[in-house]
Amino acid sequence: MTVTDSKADTAKLDAALEHLTADHSVLRLSETEAERRSGYQADSERMIMNMGPQHPSTHGVLRLVLELEGEIVTRSKPVIGYLHTGMEKTGEELTYAQGCTNVTRMDYASPLFNELAFSLATEKLLGIEVPERAQWIRMLMCEMNRLGSHLLFMATNGMDLGAVSMMLYGWREREEVLRFLEMVTGLRMNHNYIRPGGVAADLPDGWRDSVIKILETLPHRLAEFDTLLTGQPIWRERLQGVGVITAEECLALGTTGPILRSTGFAWDLRRDQPYLRYDDVEFDVVVGTYGDCFDRYAIRLAEIHESIRIVWQILEKMPTGDYRIQDKKVTPPPRARIDESMEALIHHFKIFTEGFKVPEGEAYAAVESPRGELGCYIVSDGSAKPYRMHIRGPSFVNLQTLPHLMRDSLIADTVAIVSSVDPIMGEVDR
Amino acid sequence: MAEAPESAVDADTPADEVAPVPAERLHGALVVRVGDEVVLHAERSDLVQLVTKLRADGFWQCIDLFGVDYLTHPGRSHLPAEVTPERFEVVVSLLNHNESRRVRIRVQVPEDDPTVPTLFKLHPGTEAMEREAYDLFGIVFTDHPDMTRILLPDEWSGHPLRKDYSVGRIPVQFKQGSTER
Repeated sequence: MTVTDSKADTAKLDAALEHLTADHSVLRLSETEAERRSGYQADSERMIMNMGPQHPSTHGVLRLVLELEGEIVTRSKPVIGYLHTGMEKTGEELTYAQGCTNVTRMDYASPLFNELAFSLATEKLLGIEVPERAQWIRMLMCEMNRLGSHLLFMATNGMDLGAVSMMLYGWREREEVLRFLEMVTGLRMNHNYIRPGGVAADLPDGWRDSVIKILETLPHRLAEFDTLLTGQPIWRERLQGVGVITAEECLALGTTGPILRSTGFAWDLRRDQPYLRYDDVEFDVVVGTYGDCFDRYAIRLAEIHESIRIVWQILEKMPTGDYRIQDKKVTPPPRARIDESMEALIHHFKIFTEGFKVPEGEAYAAVESPRGELGCYIVSDGSAKPYRMHIRGPSFVNLQTLPHLMRDSLIADTVAIVSSVDPIMGEVDR
Repeated sequence: MAEAPESAVDADTPADEVAPVPAERLHGALVVRVGDEVVLHAERSDLVQLVTKLRADGFWQCIDLFGVDYLTHPGRSHLPAEVTPERFEVVVSLLNHNESRRVRIRVQVPEDDPTVPTLFKLHPGTEAMEREAYDLFGIVFTDHPDMTRILLPDEWSGHPLRKDYSVGRIPVQFKQGSTER
């Protein structure tokens, strides 16, 4: 649980690269070929099998084409795209003010991070900095969202491995967090709360008590998780040594987040390229040792504790002030003004129909989402809509580790491995 | 990642007019600084060599790779004068963990020959990203091990993120399911 900066060395990196590019763990088959060869083949020891796209452990619609030798997976390939709805194209049709409603639907387990990345990129192009209170509100909401997302992982990871009661406990705790998010944003998911220029509304009365209640109950519940899972021999048996990956392989594959950290490589954007006010809070970047499924589970559990620590500090340091920038070009007038002033009404109407114009240029902003680096790249042509909006989804990139994690593992372990990567298909397919 | 504290939003002054230092080069690629971001402009033929050198410098991770179609916005002002604008652009984002630095490489790709050498041999993680750029923009990455569609069905026609591919006017294409098992 300490911050040790073990940086990879170049020789190991080159070895990993050689092994990954020459590796035969990725099954590169066309769909027709996979279909032709699926099922038992009399002339071959190996069998092609489809897992998914509808399988309870695939967290949505992930399809895995597995090549099996008996019960051992030799090669595999994740097939994606079942949830592709062209959200990047949609993003080009929406104004910057509307953009958050679109991006928030990508990673639906941690929607606030999508909104944050989008807003940060837009604000970079606008050259504005949001007020102090808005920064801290954003941090509070994101850390609460991280709690929710990791608790959901605890639930699904338990369920995938047969600890079905875990599903209920994880979901129960997450529900508490969602209730708080609903109290602040009005919605349980897809909040559209963090917007370019600040946040949609100030924190409501009683928010502090709700947060404290969650922060005070969670540690006890997490202790139950420890009893139920962490120290339990069956649980450890299923996870330890399963789906091992090294730091060098992670770097070569572009993997970020808990998977990279599980290998002992301490890299967290909150600490290493701080955004918002992460400079002003204290927390540890938790790293693993072996890079196996158990480390990935343990890291997420520990990150819940770290998030709780961060939120306590946020409660202490939350400043007063504006929750959005008072820049008439970006911010609509307060609701009360609309009733009394014609100009305010026009101003409001203009911002919500035409949107605000963003200077020409390009910008990239990245945040540490519960799954890794979530980036947003925006090209602006000077109009009120992004010319190009690209989201770097951590799940999309992390999914490429699957064939390497699964190589030579048992078919029963594939479920543990997919679960430990924690992909959110909405973000993978966008 | 704190932005430069510019208080006023001025639509007349693009944010990237801050400091385009002319003629700064890194491994032969033109360097442009946009705020706190470093952008390199590379020739298509030099891309692999540039990424190799950057990798030796500690840029171990390729964080992102994607395409941009500038069909309806050809004269973008954020491009230095030395670079000839083309219709497509491939953007590669690299990360150096030791120095906590990022660079972004922008490569111009002409419309009549939309090919780019693959970075798979240097960063195997670009496999899915390049497939995505191929799928959505029709940019072909030469020597890529599996240059197929990734998000759309194999028999889909067209590349949706191109600017001449309109929204809402394309009939839904369904795949014919096989009737026998």
